[in-house]
Amino acid sequence: MTSLKPMRSIGVTFFAAMLGLLFVAGFVTPASAQDEPAVGPKPPVPFRNTESHVGDITGHSADGKLPYRRYCAGCHGDYGDANGENAVWLDPKPRDFTIATFKCRSTLTGTLPTDQDLFNTIGRGLTNSNMPIWNTFSKQERADLVAYIKIFSPRWEKEKAGVPITVPAEPPVTLESISHGQALFAKLECWKCHGLHGEGDGPSASTLTDSKDNPIRPFNFAAAGNDSRFKCGSTNQDIYKIFMTGVDGTPMPSFADVIQPNDAWDLVHFLRTLQVHRKSRENDILMAAHGVIPPYVEKKTGSLAPAASANEKVPGGGQ
Amino acid sequence: MSNKRFSLVLMMVLVASSAMFAGTVSGKVTYTGTPAHMKPIDMSKEPSCAKQHPTPITSETVVTGANDALDNVVVYISSGAPDDGQIPTQAITYVQKGCQYIPHVLAMHVDQEFAIANDDQTSHNIHPHPTVNIEWNLSQQAGSPPIKKQYDKPEFIPVQCNIHPWMHGWFAVLKTSHYDVSKDGGDFKLPNLPPGKYTITAWHESYGTQTADVTISGNETKEVNFSFKAKPY
Repeated sequence: MTSLKPMRSIGVTFFAAMLGLLFVAGFVTPASAQDEPAVGPKPPVPFRNTESHVGDITGHSADGKLPYRRYCAGCHGDYGDANGENAVWLDPKPRDFTIATFKCRSTLTGTLPTDQDLFNTIGRGLTNSNMPIWNTFSKQERADLVAYIKIFSPRWEKEKAGVPITVPAEPPVTLESISHGQALFAKLECWKCHGLHGEGDGPSASTLTDSKDNPIRPFNFAAAGNDSRFKCGSTNQDIYKIFMTGVDGTPMPSFADVIQPNDAWDLVHFLRTLQVHRKSRENDILMAAHGVIPPYVEKKTGSLAPAASANEKVPGGGQ
Repeated sequence: MSNKRFSLVLMMVLVASSAMFAGTVSGKVTYTGTPAHMKPIDMSKEPSCAKQHPTPITSETVVTGANDALDNVVVYISSGAPDDGQIPTQAITYVQKGCQYIPHVLAMHVDQEFAIANDDQTSHNIHPHPTVNIEWNLSQQAGSPPIKKQYDKPEFIPVQCNIHPWMHGWFAVLKTSHYDVSKDGGDFKLPNLPPGKYTITAWHESYGTQTADVTISGNETKEVNFSFKAKPY
Protein backbone atom coordinates (compact mmCIF):
# COMPACT_ATOMS: atom_id res chain seq x y z
CA MET A 1 0.00 0.00 0.00
CA THR A 2 2.71 2.46 1.03
CA SER A 3 4.89 1.56 -1.89
CA LEU A 4 2.15 2.53 -4.25
CA LYS A 5 1.94 6.09 -3.01
CA PRO A 6 5.12 7.49 -4.61
CA MET A 7 4.27 5.57 -7.76
CA ARG A 8 0.96 7.23 -7.91
CA SER A 9 2.36 10.65 -7.20
CA ILE A 10 4.92 10.20 -10.00
CA GLY A 11 2.14 9.14 -12.29
CA VAL A 12 0.05 12.12 -11.36
CA THR A 13 2.95 14.53 -11.81
CA PHE A 14 3.80 13.01 -15.19
CA PHE A 15 0.22 13.19 -16.29
CA ALA A 16 -0.06 16.80 -15.18
CA ALA A 17 3.17 17.68 -17.00
CA MET A 18 1.96 16.02 -20.20
CA LEU A 19 -1.33 17.81 -19.90
CA GLY A 20 0.50 21.09 -19.44
CA LEU A 21 2.68 20.42 -22.48
CA LEU A 22 -0.34 19.49 -24.50
CA PHE A 23 -2.06 22.62 -23.37
CA VAL A 24 0.89 24.79 -24.29
CA ALA A 25 1.51 23.06 -27.60
CA GLY A 26 -2.00 22.40 -28.68
CA PHE A 27 -4.07 25.23 -27.37
CA VAL A 28 -2.16 28.20 -26.11
CA THR A 29 0.24 28.79 -28.97
CA PRO A 30 -2.18 28.73 -31.89
CA ALA A 31 -4.84 30.55 -29.96
CA SER A 32 -2.49 33.43 -29.19
CA ALA A 33 -1.25 33.52 -32.79
CA GLN A 34 -4.80 33.78 -34.06
CA ASP A 35 -5.84 37.20 -32.93
CA GLU A 36 -8.53 37.56 -35.57
CA PRO A 37 -9.86 34.31 -36.94
CA ALA A 38 -9.98 34.48 -40.74
CA VAL A 39 -12.28 31.52 -40.98
CA GLY A 40 -15.60 30.81 -39.40
CA PRO A 41 -19.18 31.65 -40.01
CA LYS A 42 -20.01 35.01 -41.56
CA PRO A 43 -22.30 37.23 -39.55
CA PRO A 44 -25.88 36.52 -40.58
CA VAL A 45 -27.67 38.91 -42.89
CA PRO A 46 -29.72 41.16 -40.63
CA PHE A 47 -33.29 40.05 -40.94
CA ARG A 48 -35.89 42.60 -41.94
CA ASN A 49 -39.60 42.26 -42.19
CA THR A 50 -40.47 42.83 -45.83
CA GLU A 51 -43.60 42.19 -47.78
CA SER A 52 -44.53 41.33 -51.31
CA HIS A 53 -47.86 41.89 -52.97
CA VAL A 54 -48.90 39.61 -55.78
CA GLY A 55 -52.53 39.99 -56.71
CA ASP A 56 -54.43 39.59 -53.45
CA ILE A 57 -51.64 37.56 -51.84
CA THR A 58 -49.28 39.22 -49.36
CA GLY A 59 -45.94 37.50 -48.84
CA HIS A 60 -43.91 37.89 -45.65
CA SER A 61 -40.14 37.54 -45.39
CA ALA A 62 -40.49 35.80 -42.01
CA ASP A 63 -42.35 32.97 -43.72
CA GLY A 64 -39.97 32.90 -46.68
CA LYS A 65 -36.86 32.25 -44.62
CA LEU A 66 -37.40 28.54 -44.10
CA PRO A 67 -38.19 27.59 -47.72
CA TYR A 68 -35.33 29.85 -48.89
CA ARG A 69 -32.82 28.04 -46.71
CA ARG A 70 -34.24 24.68 -47.67
CA TYR A 71 -34.62 25.12 -51.44
CA CYS A 72 -32.78 28.24 -52.64
CA ALA A 73 -29.64 28.65 -50.50
CA GLY A 74 -27.90 25.70 -52.16
CA CYS A 75 -27.26 27.86 -55.23
CA HIS A 76 -28.12 31.43 -54.27
CA GLY A 77 -26.28 31.15 -50.94
CA ASP A 78 -27.25 31.76 -47.33
CA TYR A 79 -26.38 35.40 -47.86
CA GLY A 80 -28.09 35.75 -51.22
CA ASP A 81 -24.74 36.49 -52.81
CA ALA A 82 -24.88 33.69 -55.42
CA ASN A 83 -22.18 31.76 -53.55
CA GLY A 84 -24.16 28.69 -52.58
CA GLU A 85 -22.22 25.44 -52.47
CA ASN A 86 -23.52 24.42 -55.91
CA ALA A 87 -22.80 27.75 -57.56
CA VAL A 88 -19.32 26.83 -58.81
CA TRP A 89 -20.78 24.06 -60.95
CA LEU A 90 -23.46 26.18 -62.58
CA ASP A 91 -23.47 28.03 -65.89
CA PRO A 92 -25.09 30.54 -66.13
CA LYS A 93 -24.45 31.53 -62.52
CA PRO A 94 -27.29 31.95 -60.02
CA ARG A 95 -28.68 35.43 -59.46
CA ASP A 96 -26.87 37.57 -56.88
CA PHE A 97 -29.63 39.08 -54.76
CA THR A 98 -27.22 41.49 -53.05
CA ILE A 99 -26.99 43.65 -56.19
CA ALA A 100 -30.71 43.33 -57.01
CA THR A 101 -30.18 43.12 -60.78
CA PHE A 102 -32.82 40.92 -62.36
CA LYS A 103 -33.18 39.51 -65.85
CA CYS A 104 -36.92 39.15 -66.25
CA ARG A 105 -38.70 42.41 -65.66
CA SER A 106 -41.72 44.24 -66.97
CA THR A 107 -39.98 47.47 -65.86
CA LEU A 108 -37.34 49.58 -67.57
CA THR A 109 -33.63 48.77 -67.45
CA GLY A 110 -31.94 49.83 -64.20
CA THR A 111 -35.14 49.66 -62.16
CA LEU A 112 -36.30 47.04 -59.69
CA PRO A 113 -38.75 44.44 -60.98
CA THR A 114 -42.28 44.22 -59.66
CA ASP A 115 -43.22 41.55 -57.13
CA GLN A 116 -45.29 39.93 -59.86
CA ASP A 117 -42.17 39.68 -62.10
CA LEU A 118 -40.19 37.85 -59.40
CA PHE A 119 -43.17 35.68 -58.54
CA ASN A 120 -43.51 34.69 -62.19
CA THR A 121 -39.79 33.91 -62.49
CA ILE A 122 -39.90 31.50 -59.53
CA GLY A 123 -42.91 29.69 -60.99
CA ARG A 124 -41.57 29.65 -64.53
CA GLY A 125 -37.96 28.73 -63.90
CA LEU A 126 -35.27 29.84 -66.30
CA THR A 127 -34.77 27.86 -69.48
CA ASN A 128 -31.18 26.97 -70.35
CA SER A 129 -30.11 27.39 -66.73
CA ASN A 130 -30.26 25.32 -63.56
CA MET A 131 -33.19 27.29 -62.13
CA PRO A 132 -36.04 24.77 -62.07
CA ILE A 133 -39.74 25.37 -62.43
CA TRP A 134 -40.82 25.84 -58.83
CA ASN A 135 -44.48 25.10 -59.38
CA THR A 136 -44.33 22.77 -56.39
CA PHE A 137 -44.58 25.85 -54.20
CA SER A 138 -47.96 27.24 -53.37
CA LYS A 139 -48.65 30.78 -54.49
CA GLN A 140 -48.34 31.91 -50.88
CA GLU A 141 -44.90 30.29 -50.57
CA ARG A 142 -43.71 31.94 -53.77
CA ALA A 143 -44.90 35.33 -52.54
CA ASP A 144 -43.10 34.72 -49.22
CA LEU A 145 -39.88 33.93 -51.09
CA VAL A 146 -40.21 37.13 -53.13
CA ALA A 147 -40.47 39.04 -49.85
CA TYR A 148 -37.51 37.18 -48.35
CA ILE A 149 -34.98 37.83 -51.13
CA LYS A 150 -35.53 41.56 -50.60
CA ILE A 151 -33.61 41.46 -47.33
CA PHE A 152 -30.35 40.90 -49.20
CA SER A 153 -30.13 44.27 -50.94
CA PRO A 154 -30.59 47.74 -49.45
CA ARG A 155 -32.01 48.85 -52.81
CA TRP A 156 -35.38 47.43 -51.78
CA GLU A 157 -35.46 49.79 -48.82
CA LYS A 158 -34.60 52.91 -50.78
CA GLU A 159 -36.29 52.37 -54.12
CA LYS A 160 -39.69 51.45 -55.34
CA ALA A 161 -40.15 48.91 -58.09
CA GLY A 162 -40.22 50.35 -61.61
CA VAL A 163 -43.44 51.04 -63.44
CA PRO A 164 -44.32 48.21 -65.83
CA ILE A 165 -44.11 49.25 -69.47
CA THR A 166 -47.37 49.46 -71.33
CA VAL A 167 -47.79 46.75 -73.91
CA PRO A 168 -50.36 47.82 -76.51
CA ALA A 169 -52.82 45.34 -77.95
CA GLU A 170 -51.22 43.01 -80.45
CA PRO A 171 -52.08 43.73 -84.09
CA PRO A 172 -52.89 40.75 -86.31
CA VAL A 173 -50.01 38.74 -87.70
CA THR A 174 -49.54 39.38 -91.40
CA LEU A 175 -46.85 38.63 -93.92
CA GLU A 176 -46.26 42.36 -93.99
CA SER A 177 -45.65 42.61 -90.26
CA ILE A 178 -43.20 39.71 -90.44
CA SER A 179 -41.43 41.43 -93.31
CA HIS A 180 -41.20 44.69 -91.38
CA GLY A 181 -39.94 42.79 -88.35
CA GLN A 182 -37.19 41.30 -90.47
CA ALA A 183 -36.16 44.77 -91.63
CA LEU A 184 -36.03 45.86 -87.97
CA PHE A 185 -33.96 42.82 -87.04
CA ALA A 186 -31.39 43.99 -89.60
CA LYS A 187 -31.65 47.69 -88.81
CA LEU A 188 -31.41 47.31 -85.03
CA GLU A 189 -28.48 44.96 -85.54
CA CYS A 190 -29.97 42.17 -83.45
CA TRP A 191 -28.03 39.86 -85.76
CA LYS A 192 -24.68 41.14 -84.50
CA CYS A 193 -25.14 38.79 -81.54
CA HIS A 194 -28.12 36.57 -82.38
CA GLY A 195 -26.95 35.76 -85.91
CA LEU A 196 -28.60 36.27 -89.28
CA HIS A 197 -30.93 33.32 -88.68
CA GLY A 198 -31.29 33.81 -84.93
CA GLU A 199 -29.05 30.86 -84.15
CA GLY A 200 -27.02 32.79 -81.59
CA ASP A 201 -23.97 32.85 -83.84
CA GLY A 202 -23.57 36.52 -84.78
CA PRO A 203 -20.14 38.10 -85.22
CA SER A 204 -20.05 39.39 -81.62
CA ALA A 205 -21.53 36.24 -80.05
CA SER A 206 -18.26 34.64 -79.03
CA THR A 207 -17.08 37.73 -77.15
CA LEU A 208 -20.07 38.20 -74.86
CA THR A 209 -19.75 38.22 -71.09
CA ASP A 210 -22.27 38.98 -68.38
CA SER A 211 -21.81 41.70 -65.77
CA LYS A 212 -19.69 39.41 -63.62
CA ASP A 213 -17.40 38.68 -66.55
CA ASN A 214 -18.62 35.14 -67.10
CA PRO A 215 -19.00 34.09 -70.74
CA ILE A 216 -22.61 34.08 -71.87
CA ARG A 217 -24.40 32.97 -75.03
CA PRO A 218 -26.98 34.97 -76.96
CA PHE A 219 -30.36 33.27 -77.25
CA ASN A 220 -30.63 30.69 -80.00
CA PHE A 221 -34.10 31.12 -81.50
CA ALA A 222 -33.69 28.11 -83.76
CA ALA A 223 -33.03 25.66 -80.93
CA ALA A 224 -35.27 22.61 -80.78
CA GLY A 225 -37.57 21.43 -78.02
CA ASN A 226 -37.54 23.07 -74.62
CA ASP A 227 -34.41 25.05 -75.45
CA SER A 228 -36.47 27.23 -77.76
CA ARG A 229 -38.48 28.55 -74.82
CA PHE A 230 -37.69 32.13 -73.95
CA LYS A 231 -36.16 32.75 -70.54
CA CYS A 232 -38.71 35.30 -69.45
CA GLY A 233 -41.97 33.77 -70.64
CA SER A 234 -43.33 32.19 -73.77
CA THR A 235 -46.16 34.46 -74.90
CA ASN A 236 -45.80 37.15 -77.55
CA GLN A 237 -46.30 39.71 -74.79
CA ASP A 238 -43.29 38.28 -72.95
CA ILE A 239 -41.08 38.55 -76.05
CA TYR A 240 -42.19 42.16 -76.44
CA LYS A 241 -41.14 42.88 -72.85
CA ILE A 242 -37.80 41.09 -73.14
CA PHE A 243 -36.34 43.33 -75.82
CA MET A 244 -38.10 46.50 -74.68
CA THR A 245 -36.84 46.25 -71.08
CA GLY A 246 -33.58 44.44 -71.77
CA VAL A 247 -32.12 41.56 -69.80
CA ASP A 248 -30.20 43.31 -67.02
CA GLY A 249 -26.87 41.84 -66.03
CA THR A 250 -26.35 40.48 -69.55
CA PRO A 251 -25.26 42.10 -72.84
CA MET A 252 -28.90 42.36 -73.99
CA PRO A 253 -29.77 46.09 -73.90
CA SER A 254 -33.12 47.80 -73.58
CA PHE A 255 -34.69 48.96 -76.85
CA ALA A 256 -37.49 50.93 -75.21
CA ASP A 257 -36.16 54.29 -76.43
CA VAL A 258 -35.47 52.97 -79.89
CA ILE A 259 -38.51 51.02 -81.11
CA GLN A 260 -42.03 52.38 -81.56
CA PRO A 261 -44.73 50.17 -79.99
CA ASN A 262 -46.23 49.00 -83.29
CA ASP A 263 -42.82 48.35 -84.79
CA ALA A 264 -42.06 46.26 -81.73
CA TRP A 265 -45.01 43.96 -82.47
CA ASP A 266 -43.71 43.49 -86.02
CA LEU A 267 -40.38 42.47 -84.57
CA VAL A 268 -42.11 39.98 -82.25
CA HIS A 269 -43.83 38.42 -85.27
CA PHE A 270 -40.54 38.05 -87.10
CA LEU A 271 -38.76 36.58 -84.06
CA ARG A 272 -41.42 33.85 -83.92
CA THR A 273 -40.53 32.79 -87.45
CA LEU A 274 -36.91 32.29 -86.31
CA GLN A 275 -38.21 29.55 -84.01
CA VAL A 276 -38.22 27.09 -86.87
CA HIS A 277 -38.96 24.11 -84.63
CA ARG A 278 -41.93 25.67 -82.91
CA LYS A 279 -45.47 25.83 -84.17
CA SER A 280 -46.91 29.31 -84.19
CA ARG A 281 -49.37 31.52 -86.04
CA GLU A 282 -46.41 33.36 -87.52
CA ASN A 283 -44.84 30.18 -88.87
CA ASP A 284 -48.22 29.07 -90.29
CA ILE A 285 -48.58 32.32 -92.19
CA LEU A 286 -45.01 32.11 -93.43
CA MET A 287 -45.51 28.51 -94.53
CA ALA A 288 -48.63 29.54 -96.44
CA ALA A 289 -46.39 31.95 -98.35
CA HIS A 290 -43.97 29.09 -99.09
CA GLY A 291 -41.56 30.29 -96.43
CA VAL A 292 -40.51 33.40 -98.28
CA ILE A 293 -40.52 36.72 -96.46
CA PRO A 294 -41.10 39.50 -99.01
CA PRO A 295 -38.67 42.42 -98.86
CA TYR A 296 -39.98 45.25 -96.72
CA VAL A 297 -41.21 48.34 -98.56
CA GLU A 298 -41.56 51.48 -96.48
CA LYS A 299 -45.07 52.89 -96.38
CA LYS A 300 -45.55 55.34 -93.59
CA THR A 301 -43.28 58.28 -93.04
CA GLY A 302 -41.12 58.43 -89.97
CA SER A 303 -40.61 54.72 -89.99
CA LEU A 304 -37.48 52.90 -90.87
CA ALA A 305 -35.86 53.12 -94.25
CA PRO A 306 -36.39 50.03 -96.37
CA ALA A 307 -33.58 48.00 -94.99
CA ALA A 308 -32.28 45.11 -96.98
CA SER A 309 -33.09 41.61 -95.87
CA ALA A 310 -31.23 40.26 -92.90
CA ASN A 311 -28.99 38.29 -95.21
CA GLU A 312 -27.20 41.42 -96.29
CA LYS A 313 -25.00 43.32 -93.93
CA VAL A 314 -26.29 46.75 -93.11
CA PRO A 315 -24.88 49.23 -95.60
CA GLY A 316 -22.24 51.32 -93.92
CA GLY A 317 -22.10 53.98 -96.59
CA GLY A 318 -22.53 57.70 -96.16
CA GLN A 319 -25.83 59.45 -96.39
CA MET B 1 -11.67 78.30 -82.60
CA SER B 2 -13.80 76.98 -79.83
CA ASN B 3 -10.56 75.85 -78.22
CA LYS B 4 -9.26 79.40 -78.36
CA ARG B 5 -12.45 80.70 -76.86
CA PHE B 6 -12.26 78.03 -74.20
CA SER B 7 -8.69 78.96 -73.29
CA LEU B 8 -9.72 82.61 -73.21
CA VAL B 9 -12.49 81.78 -70.78
CA LEU B 10 -10.06 79.67 -68.80
CA MET B 11 -7.61 82.59 -68.62
CA MET B 12 -10.35 84.91 -67.48
CA VAL B 13 -11.38 82.41 -64.84
CA LEU B 14 -7.76 82.09 -63.75
CA VAL B 15 -7.35 85.86 -63.53
CA ALA B 16 -10.57 86.12 -61.59
CA SER B 17 -9.61 83.33 -59.26
CA SER B 18 -6.10 84.66 -58.66
CA ALA B 19 -7.74 87.89 -57.58
CA MET B 20 -9.51 85.83 -54.91
CA PHE B 21 -6.22 84.38 -53.63
CA ALA B 22 -6.98 80.87 -54.77
CA GLY B 23 -4.24 78.37 -55.31
CA THR B 24 -3.64 75.98 -58.12
CA VAL B 25 -2.14 72.54 -58.20
CA SER B 26 -0.70 71.53 -61.50
CA GLY B 27 1.70 68.91 -62.65
CA LYS B 28 2.46 66.02 -64.87
CA VAL B 29 1.76 62.30 -64.73
CA THR B 30 4.51 60.02 -65.95
CA TYR B 31 5.35 56.34 -65.85
CA THR B 32 8.48 54.31 -65.23
CA GLY B 33 9.28 50.99 -66.82
CA THR B 34 7.87 49.55 -70.00
CA PRO B 35 4.11 49.69 -70.53
CA ALA B 36 2.32 46.78 -72.09
CA HIS B 37 2.12 46.83 -75.87
CA MET B 38 -1.27 48.18 -76.91
CA LYS B 39 -2.58 45.93 -79.64
CA PRO B 40 -4.10 47.41 -82.77
CA ILE B 41 -7.86 46.92 -82.95
CA ASP B 42 -9.32 44.90 -85.80
CA MET B 43 -12.57 46.62 -86.76
CA SER B 44 -13.13 44.66 -89.94
CA LYS B 45 -16.41 43.35 -88.51
CA GLU B 46 -17.68 46.94 -88.48
CA PRO B 47 -16.72 48.43 -91.86
CA SER B 48 -18.36 51.81 -91.19
CA CYS B 49 -16.00 52.29 -88.26
CA ALA B 50 -12.95 50.65 -89.81
CA LYS B 51 -12.85 53.15 -92.66
CA GLN B 52 -12.72 56.05 -90.20
CA HIS B 53 -9.31 54.81 -89.09
CA PRO B 54 -6.97 54.57 -92.09
CA THR B 55 -4.30 53.38 -89.69
CA PRO B 56 -5.78 51.01 -87.11
CA ILE B 57 -6.09 52.50 -83.64
CA THR B 58 -4.87 50.67 -80.58
CA SER B 59 -6.70 49.99 -77.35
CA GLU B 60 -6.54 52.90 -74.91
CA THR B 61 -5.87 51.13 -71.63
CA VAL B 62 -2.50 52.89 -71.50
CA VAL B 63 -2.06 56.12 -73.47
CA THR B 64 1.42 57.57 -73.30
CA GLY B 65 3.08 60.69 -74.67
CA ALA B 66 6.58 62.03 -75.17
CA ASN B 67 8.92 62.02 -72.14
CA ASP B 68 7.13 59.09 -70.48
CA ALA B 69 3.92 61.07 -70.07
CA LEU B 70 0.81 59.17 -69.02
CA ASP B 71 -2.60 60.34 -70.18
CA ASN B 72 -6.13 59.44 -69.01
CA VAL B 73 -5.20 59.63 -65.34
CA VAL B 74 -7.97 61.08 -63.17
CA VAL B 75 -6.46 63.53 -60.66
CA TYR B 76 -8.81 64.78 -57.95
CA ILE B 77 -8.98 66.13 -54.43
CA SER B 78 -9.87 63.15 -52.29
CA SER B 79 -9.75 64.84 -48.90
CA GLY B 80 -9.21 68.27 -47.42
CA ALA B 81 -11.78 70.09 -49.50
CA PRO B 82 -15.27 69.29 -48.29
CA ASP B 83 -17.57 68.74 -51.22
CA ASP B 84 -19.43 71.98 -51.66
CA GLY B 85 -22.19 70.10 -53.45
CA GLN B 86 -21.87 72.38 -56.42
CA ILE B 87 -22.46 70.33 -59.51
CA PRO B 88 -20.53 71.68 -62.49
CA THR B 89 -22.95 73.21 -64.93
CA GLN B 90 -21.07 72.69 -68.16
CA ALA B 91 -22.50 70.01 -70.38
CA ILE B 92 -20.39 66.90 -70.70
CA THR B 93 -20.76 64.41 -73.48
CA TYR B 94 -19.50 60.90 -74.00
CA VAL B 95 -19.33 60.35 -77.74
CA GLN B 96 -19.21 57.07 -79.59
CA LYS B 97 -17.33 57.83 -82.78
CA GLY B 98 -15.44 55.45 -84.99
CA CYS B 99 -16.36 52.69 -82.54
CA GLN B 100 -14.35 54.43 -79.84
CA TYR B 101 -15.33 56.28 -76.69
CA ILE B 102 -14.35 59.94 -76.75
CA PRO B 103 -13.10 60.77 -74.17
CA HIS B 104 -11.82 57.42 -73.00
CA VAL B 105 -12.29 58.52 -69.38
CA LEU B 106 -15.16 60.87 -68.59
CA ALA B 107 -14.85 62.51 -65.18
CA MET B 108 -17.98 63.91 -63.60
CA HIS B 109 -19.46 65.04 -60.33
CA VAL B 110 -21.96 62.93 -58.44
CA ASP B 111 -25.47 63.75 -59.72
CA GLN B 112 -24.09 65.63 -62.72
CA GLU B 113 -26.05 64.96 -65.86
CA PHE B 114 -24.07 63.75 -68.84
CA ALA B 115 -25.07 62.93 -72.38
CA ILE B 116 -24.14 59.87 -74.39
CA ALA B 117 -24.12 60.49 -78.14
CA ASN B 118 -23.75 58.15 -81.07
CA ASP B 119 -21.95 59.75 -84.03
CA ASP B 120 -21.53 56.43 -85.81
CA GLN B 121 -23.55 54.89 -88.61
CA THR B 122 -23.95 51.73 -86.61
CA SER B 123 -25.86 51.04 -83.41
CA HIS B 124 -24.14 50.66 -80.07
CA ASN B 125 -25.22 49.48 -76.68
CA ILE B 126 -23.98 51.44 -73.70
CA HIS B 127 -23.37 49.04 -70.86
CA PRO B 128 -21.62 50.51 -67.81
CA HIS B 129 -20.75 47.97 -65.09
CA PRO B 130 -21.15 49.76 -61.76
CA THR B 131 -21.06 47.88 -58.48
CA VAL B 132 -22.38 50.52 -56.07
CA ASN B 133 -24.46 52.48 -58.56
CA ILE B 134 -27.33 50.98 -60.51
CA GLU B 135 -26.64 48.96 -63.63
CA TRP B 136 -28.50 49.63 -66.87
CA ASN B 137 -27.91 48.70 -70.50
CA LEU B 138 -29.32 50.73 -73.38
CA SER B 139 -29.33 50.37 -77.12
CA GLN B 140 -28.60 53.49 -79.17
CA GLN B 141 -29.19 53.54 -82.90
CA ALA B 142 -27.39 55.64 -85.47
CA GLY B 143 -28.93 59.10 -85.54
CA SER B 144 -30.94 58.73 -82.36
CA PRO B 145 -30.88 61.55 -79.78
CA PRO B 146 -28.35 61.58 -76.93
CA ILE B 147 -29.13 59.56 -73.81
CA LYS B 148 -29.02 61.63 -70.62
CA LYS B 149 -27.95 59.91 -67.41
CA GLN B 150 -26.38 60.58 -64.01
CA TYR B 151 -24.93 58.60 -61.12
CA ASP B 152 -25.64 59.29 -57.47
CA LYS B 153 -22.65 57.60 -55.81
CA PRO B 154 -18.90 58.08 -56.37
CA GLU B 155 -17.38 55.20 -58.32
CA PHE B 156 -15.04 54.35 -61.19
CA ILE B 157 -17.32 52.58 -63.63
CA PRO B 158 -16.06 50.57 -66.60
CA VAL B 159 -18.13 51.08 -69.75
CA GLN B 160 -18.49 48.53 -72.50
CA CYS B 161 -20.25 48.05 -75.81
CA ASN B 162 -21.22 44.40 -76.13
CA ILE B 163 -21.77 44.66 -79.87
CA HIS B 164 -18.23 45.95 -80.43
CA PRO B 165 -16.20 44.15 -77.78
CA TRP B 166 -13.09 46.28 -78.29
CA MET B 167 -14.90 49.39 -77.04
CA HIS B 168 -13.92 50.12 -73.45
CA GLY B 169 -14.10 53.31 -71.45
CA TRP B 170 -14.62 54.67 -67.96
CA PHE B 171 -16.92 56.96 -66.05
CA ALA B 172 -15.13 58.56 -63.09
CA VAL B 173 -17.91 59.70 -60.75
CA LEU B 174 -16.38 61.91 -58.06
CA LYS B 175 -17.64 63.58 -54.93
CA THR B 176 -15.63 66.73 -55.54
CA SER B 177 -15.71 69.47 -58.12
CA HIS B 178 -11.87 69.66 -58.19
CA TYR B 179 -10.76 67.11 -60.74
CA ASP B 180 -8.94 66.82 -64.04
CA VAL B 181 -7.95 64.07 -66.43
CA SER B 182 -4.33 64.16 -67.59
CA LYS B 183 -4.02 64.81 -71.28
CA ASP B 184 -1.72 66.22 -73.97
CA GLY B 185 1.42 64.84 -72.41
CA GLY B 186 0.22 63.95 -68.93
CA ASP B 187 -0.64 67.50 -67.86
CA PHE B 188 -3.30 68.24 -65.30
CA LYS B 189 -4.42 71.32 -63.40
CA LEU B 190 -6.67 71.80 -60.38
CA PRO B 191 -7.44 75.52 -60.13
CA ASN B 192 -9.48 77.57 -57.65
CA LEU B 193 -8.31 75.88 -54.47
CA PRO B 194 -8.83 77.91 -51.30
CA PRO B 195 -5.97 77.77 -48.76
CA GLY B 196 -5.79 74.49 -46.90
CA LYS B 197 -4.26 71.04 -46.71
CA TYR B 198 -5.32 68.61 -49.40
CA THR B 199 -4.85 65.03 -50.39
CA ILE B 200 -4.69 64.59 -54.12
CA THR B 201 -5.38 61.20 -55.63
CA ALA B 202 -4.35 60.08 -59.09
CA TRP B 203 -6.16 57.07 -60.54
CA HIS B 204 -5.22 55.04 -63.58
CA GLU B 205 -7.40 52.23 -64.85
CA SER B 206 -4.54 49.76 -65.08
CA TYR B 207 -1.86 51.09 -62.70
CA GLY B 208 -4.03 51.84 -59.67
CA THR B 209 -3.98 54.91 -57.44
CA GLN B 210 -1.40 57.20 -55.87
CA THR B 211 -1.83 60.01 -53.42
CA ALA B 212 0.09 63.16 -52.55
CA ASP B 213 -0.40 65.73 -49.82
CA VAL B 214 -0.18 69.41 -50.63
CA THR B 215 -0.71 72.59 -48.66
CA ILE B 216 -2.01 75.70 -50.35
CA SER B 217 -1.40 78.91 -48.47
CA GLY B 218 -2.84 81.65 -50.59
CA ASN B 219 -2.33 82.68 -54.16
CA GLU B 220 0.22 80.21 -55.43
CA THR B 221 0.71 77.40 -57.87
CA LYS B 222 2.06 74.19 -56.40
CA GLU B 223 3.55 71.57 -58.61
CA VAL B 224 2.68 67.95 -57.86
CA ASN B 225 3.88 65.17 -60.09
CA PHE B 226 2.83 61.55 -60.13
CA SER B 227 4.84 58.65 -61.43
CA PHE B 228 3.23 55.27 -61.99
CA LYS B 229 5.10 52.01 -62.32
CA ALA B 230 4.12 50.52 -65.65
CA LYS B 231 2.87 46.95 -65.80
CA PRO B 232 4.63 45.02 -68.53
CA TYR B 233 1.36 43.18 -69.37
